[in-house]
Amino acid sequence: MKIKKILIYIFLGVTSILTLVPFIWMISASFMADGKASVFPPVFWPDEFVFSQYENLFIRLNMARNFLNSLLLSFSVTIISLFFNSMAGFAFAKYRFMGKKKLFNILLSTMIIPSQVTMLPLFLMLKSMGLINTYMAIIIPGLANIFGIFLIRQYVLAIPDSLIEAARIDGATDFQIYRKIILPLAIPILVTLAIFTFLGTWNDFLWPLIALTDDSMYTLPVALANLMGEHTKDPELMMAGSVLTIIPVIIVFLVLQKYYIKGIMMGSVKE
Amino acid sequence: MIKPGINKNKFSISSSRAAYVFLAPALSAIFVFFFIPVIAAFLISFTDFDIYALGDISTVRWIGFSNYLKLFDDPLFWQALKNTFYFVIVTGPISIAVSLTAALLLNSKLVKYKAIFRLSYFIPVVTTLVAVAIVWRFIYHPKFGIMNYLLSMIAINPIDWLGDPVWAMPAIMLMSVWKNFGYNMIIFIAGLQNIPEDLYEAASIEGASAWQKFRHITLPMLAPTTLFISIITMIGYFQLFAEPYVMTQGGPLNKTLSIVQYMYQEGFRWWNMGYSASIAFVLFFIIFLGTLIQFKLQKSEKT
Repeated sequence: MKIKKILIYIFLGVTSILTLVPFIWMISASFMADGKASVFPPVFWPDEFVFSQYENLFIRLNMARNFLNSLLLSFSVTIISLFFNSMAGFAFAKYRFMGKKKLFNILLSTMIIPSQVTMLPLFLMLKSMGLINTYMAIIIPGLANIFGIFLIRQYVLAIPDSLIEAARIDGATDFQIYRKIILPLAIPILVTLAIFTFLGTWNDFLWPLIALTDDSMYTLPVALANLMGEHTKDPELMMAGSVLTIIPVIIVFLVLQKYYIKGIMMGSVKE
Repeated sequence: MIKPGINKNKFSISSSRAAYVFLAPALSAIFVFFFIPVIAAFLISFTDFDIYALGDISTVRWIGFSNYLKLFDDPLFWQALKNTFYFVIVTGPISIAVSLTAALLLNSKLVKYKAIFRLSYFIPVVTTLVAVAIVWRFIYHPKFGIMNYLLSMIAINPIDWLGDPVWAMPAIMLMSVWKNFGYNMIIFIAGLQNIPEDLYEAASIEGASAWQKFRHITLPMLAPTTLFISIITMIGYFQLFAEPYVMTQGGPLNKTLSIVQYMYQEGFRWWNMGYSASIAFVLFFIIFLGTLIQFKLQKSEKT
């Protein structure tokens, strides 16, 4: 039993470190001077810490702008879609109306449609509205999403009807019930959905690549992929760019991981 | 419950109106920016929508199934299809097996400090795909990369991972397993925790081995979880795009060109939007069929 236990720990320890090796190398290479990361055998600690790669990113390559684009878009999409999804999720959970079940099932079954299918017409639509290469091109397709509505509905279903009835007797309007009762009680699921949406928007690549056409409008992943084309021989610079791109999502995740993990588990529970 | 009667009738009318108000923003957004584009894409796939049509929409002609027929004779499309299937069929099962192994170990009563291990396995999941693909591009560097360094320790000669037509796809596969297994691991852990403890106790009393318990209790009890995981993993992997885009640009010799990448190139580089839409629908059809087959397999296994 004891040997088995030690073996399990060794296995877990080694595989954990192996999983993290790319990050360790990425961070250390980002603090190296040009050419210092292109050595054999690879080094995992800079012999001298330099910040020139980061200076380069911010001063010469103007990546601060891309960072702000990503931040602004991720926040906007998160806040707007939380608002839209929570209202719809509330309606599906707590109201009776004609065709509710059918509508909900149709929505759920369309989740299987890959988003790539919509991209061509969406591009044409936004182009005709003059919105390609604007922030709206990213915000509009993210206004609401079916998975978000589903998550919130599941959660709100468990809020007792009696609370709503009591508020109604006190003369609360429907919107007040949503605002004063449902939203506060649904905070855990709202946080979960906020992380999903924030990370999803921050990490998204294909759609921003299509919908944004200027360097100054690019989100970080698009700017980074673009930079890679010109700097295939500069691992130090590229690693600094990768660190810059990854750090915000890691922070969000580390701070709120409890909610994120719960969300994954909830999303996997079928009815 | 409050008083039934006249009041209730009034209540249900007003409340259903409120429901529509609450639904309107989300559903109209989904209708206009999701449903309509899906239908439009379907229609576009039967036209010769190209770069001229971008300027002057009246040049678009209805060409029936021509795009789909052209796909049949397009060697590059077949290559993309083959590559994507190769990727999904190999990476899917490996990724699920790794997730399950990690979940079983982390669910074991012998292990403490689970949170730390779980965290390190999970970190790749949340990180930006483009950024880690760039990191892995350097990891696979033939001269200075970590991968060849690790292999040199066990006396394996350096491999030009991303430059060799044979190794480029396996390199992307390995990276994708690393990136994704943590997600399914979490779902498997949730599934394992739902298996009642007394099943294992009863089996122990009857003298079942660890393998027998795994085979006859764990696996069958996890079946719904495994089905769910197989489907979302398959759907996700069929949409392979950023990894080859960043790491190989579809090369060498188109050996890592994926369906979505081909769709992107045709649609947004050459502006053959009709043709590109037909590729998108083939992808949708494959995913739909794949999901159906997995449901069927699961059902037939039960009976």
